Amino acid sequence: MIALLLILIPVIGGLIALFIKNENTVKGFSLFISLITLVIALFGVYSNQTSELHYNVSWMPDLGSRFTLGLDGLSKILSLLTAISLPVIIIATYKNTYANTGKFFGLMFLCQAGMLGVFLSMDALLFYFFWELALIPAYFLCSIWGGERRIQVTFKFFIYTFVGSLLMLVSILFIYFKTADHSFAMQSFYHANLTASQSQWMFWLFFIALAIKMPIFPFHTWQPDTYEQAPTAVTMLLSGVMVKMGVFAVIRWLLPIFPNASQSNSSIIITLSVIGMLYASLIAIRQDDIKRLIAYSSIAHIGLMCAALFSNQQVGMQGVLIQMFNHGINIIGLWIVADAIQKQLGTKKFSELGGLAQKAPTLAILFVVMCLANVALPLTNAFVGEFLMFNGLFRYNPIMAGIAGISIILAAVYTLNMIQKIFYGNTVALTEKAYDSSFNINVALIILVIVVIVFGVYPQPMLNLTQSGVNTLITKIP
Amino acid sequence: MNAIIFSAGFGVIMMFCSFLISNKSSYRHIAVVGLLLLLVVNVMETNGFDIFHINSYGMLSYTRFGLFFNTIAIGSTLIYVLLTGKDIERLGNYVAEYFTLIFFVLCGVCILSSYNNLLMLFLGIEILSIPLYILTGSDKRNLKSNEASLKYFLMGAFSTGLMLMGIALMYGGTGTFSLDVVRSQTGLYKGVSFLEIIGLLFLMVSMAFKVSAAPFHFWTPDVYDGAPGVFTSFMATVAKVAAFVAFLKLCYVRMTATSTAIDWQLLFAIIIITTLLFGNITAVFQQSVKRMLAYSSIAQAGFMLFALFSLNDFGSKGLLMYSAAYCLATIGLFAVLVKMKDVTFEGYNGLAKTQPVLAATNAIFLLSLAGIPLTAGFLAKYYMLASVIATGSYTWLVVIAVLFAAVSVYYYFRVVQAMYFKTGDPQTEPITGSFKIGLIALAAIIIIIGVLPQTLFNWLYF
Repeated sequence: MIALLLILIPVIGGLIALFIKNENTVKGFSLFISLITLVIALFGVYSNQTSELHYNVSWMPDLGSRFTLGLDGLSKILSLLTAISLPVIIIATYKNTYANTGKFFGLMFLCQAGMLGVFLSMDALLFYFFWELALIPAYFLCSIWGGERRIQVTFKFFIYTFVGSLLMLVSILFIYFKTADHSFAMQSFYHANLTASQSQWMFWLFFIALAIKMPIFPFHTWQPDTYEQAPTAVTMLLSGVMVKMGVFAVIRWLLPIFPNASQSNSSIIITLSVIGMLYASLIAIRQDDIKRLIAYSSIAHIGLMCAALFSNQQVGMQGVLIQMFNHGINIIGLWIVADAIQKQLGTKKFSELGGLAQKAPTLAILFVVMCLANVALPLTNAFVGEFLMFNGLFRYNPIMAGIAGISIILAAVYTLNMIQKIFYGNTVALTEKAYDSSFNINVALIILVIVVIVFGVYPQPMLNLTQSGVNTLITKIP
Repeated sequence: MNAIIFSAGFGVIMMFCSFLISNKSSYRHIAVVGLLLLLVVNVMETNGFDIFHINSYGMLSYTRFGLFFNTIAIGSTLIYVLLTGKDIERLGNYVAEYFTLIFFVLCGVCILSSYNNLLMLFLGIEILSIPLYILTGSDKRNLKSNEASLKYFLMGAFSTGLMLMGIALMYGGTGTFSLDVVRSQTGLYKGVSFLEIIGLLFLMVSMAFKVSAAPFHFWTPDVYDGAPGVFTSFMATVAKVAAFVAFLKLCYVRMTATSTAIDWQLLFAIIIITTLLFGNITAVFQQSVKRMLAYSSIAQAGFMLFALFSLNDFGSKGLLMYSAAYCLATIGLFAVLVKMKDVTFEGYNGLAKTQPVLAATNAIFLLSLAGIPLTAGFLAKYYMLASVIATGSYTWLVVIAVLFAAVSVYYYFRVVQAMYFKTGDPQTEPITGSFKIGLIALAAIIIIIGVLPQTLFNWLYF
């Protein structure tokens, strides 16, 4: 029942929000709905009763698909992330105004529902449905409320991901015909009878969809533009949660369905991921735009997650699970600050900023904490995850781990460089009249900072939560 | 039998109405009543209640599949008349005759869904086509309409000739016009004869012409563009899917019987790829929504051809699903299109601001044609892809098909972009409240089928 509620509440809330005209009512209502979702997600995380966590009804008997939702260790973490991020986003952007506020928040909730559906569904066709449904609201959100080049950029994003997901659909269909009982259920998929060459082909069809979504190196070109052009609240949702859909699907579907194919292709994928990490980090160093820098830094982080996943090591896998959550938290924090600066000063170029710390000390402190988390300093949440991931990657191939390690140094370079240029040094004309961040931004950032530090100092609950998920997964992989 | 006789009979009644009743707007209501009646008698027949007992000597055979298809076709026509009836009235002085012709087309549709004899196939195709030639040219003072009509007629006559030739050759090869009679295994007709194969190839070409499959599609854009929008809507939907159902039956019986002699699957694979290629790539470059929809109908035909390619349960169910999804969405799109004063993409700019209901429902129709989940169009495409994968070979064909489906998203979404993300001042005819309600109901049907396909298929079984 909890699993069903997690999807139903955002859907119903979103549909209602679409038709509310009054701006303040919409915002209050949205915050309320997102908090309810959060409470339910917390219930889900702490509950252990299977009957509450699973939901299973007949849906399309003709096709062998059932409406199956379930919360296990893996989906618990991600639904928690999804449920936390929305209230934080709403608080942080509470003062932003939109034309047609009701439509904006309604679509945000529908997008959230789609993503929760992806994380909860235990049926491949249902998974595909939600995978697409998360995309449609995001497309409208970016294209209606985005920046100047929004239409072309968002369309590129849409076509890119749509091509990927159609290829994934072909793969899902193919596997369906190879399952023993002709069903889309997760367990049947795990035991599908594929020959070696079939599973190679289907692996790649499936993987391209996920590689585009994550994104992995040659498929990443949609991402920086989209993040830059989308309205900030949507960028947070996309980068914080939606890219995790790709990583998640690797863990949930790709690795268990194609254990052999993923092992034999792991060297290619890890190489691509590592190239992507270095490439993105190097580009990030050359950026003069906060938003683009964060976007590239996100590519680097996701690359590491993907590499660790295919290293086939238990520790690496566990690191990815933790890092998915933490990366979501950290990147939302960075976007909040970037948005605050852009809203206040009208620019997002470092070269036009400087000395902001003197004028906005609270913002500076909170931003520095988020940045340190982004470079995975010990005692921040990201450290645990990155440590485990590098550990896994090192066991797979020390040289790869060494090359990937360079990106950590590069991450420190560009992140600290950004802090320095924006917040320290002498004030310039633009920052002369700057003032400190507003109350709602502080609240949102403080929530995130608390999460960062709590899970940095005491990661054990997170490790426990992921342990079960990883254990069941490892047994699937030879 | 019910539907065939009632539709022909009602066509005659409509003809008499044209001089018995002078009030122009009452024709539409009479047509709606007629269609409702038609729907009722067809459903009655589906449930085993036949009003007329006429022995057709095996020339017609009624299957659940065919009757169910009739229901879809008649239902779509009903929705079509309800949504665009008023626009048909604006077209000229012969309103009753237009409805008459629509009823005759339906009669052809009902024959095509139940034929069991090549002569009936020919009759059905002709009864379907001749009214369409007239409807295409119904905008008498418009040169484009005249040109389209003539072009359609000449090309149609040519394909009819091919079809007759094919039927004659098949008769020569098998000694019978009947579709599924047991082949006599003696003497002249032993095994698969060369004449039969040639005849089938001729039939295939002429049917490919009717369903506008490449490379026999060249008439489609001009005719669909030149014909008045209200009739393009009908031609591109009900008439087209009816030809598909007839084609499917032909393939099921005759092509499986001759599959030892010729690789039909390869032929169809080539036709499918060229159809998808021409339809999708040309649609991308169109400036007018009407012409884009004409090309998109070619592209959709490419997907429907999968049913003929794979000839299995998924395929035939998928064809039903596809007919429903494609007809409903296209009828909805055209219903809005004929209300627009400017049918280029620019003409749709900013429609979401001025007519939010039209824009939202239009968006749902477009999403359905593009095959986005939660709409009927997705499941239709899904069934088609599944049917190919179920055959176990030609998986690469599916990959090509989905890549073209992604191309189709490009041109369908251009309309969405124009409506929602661009600003403009679209000019429309006055829109009534009931028209909006009709559109919303249509969009709701599309979504309901998309979420719960069982609602549609339960009809097939019970």
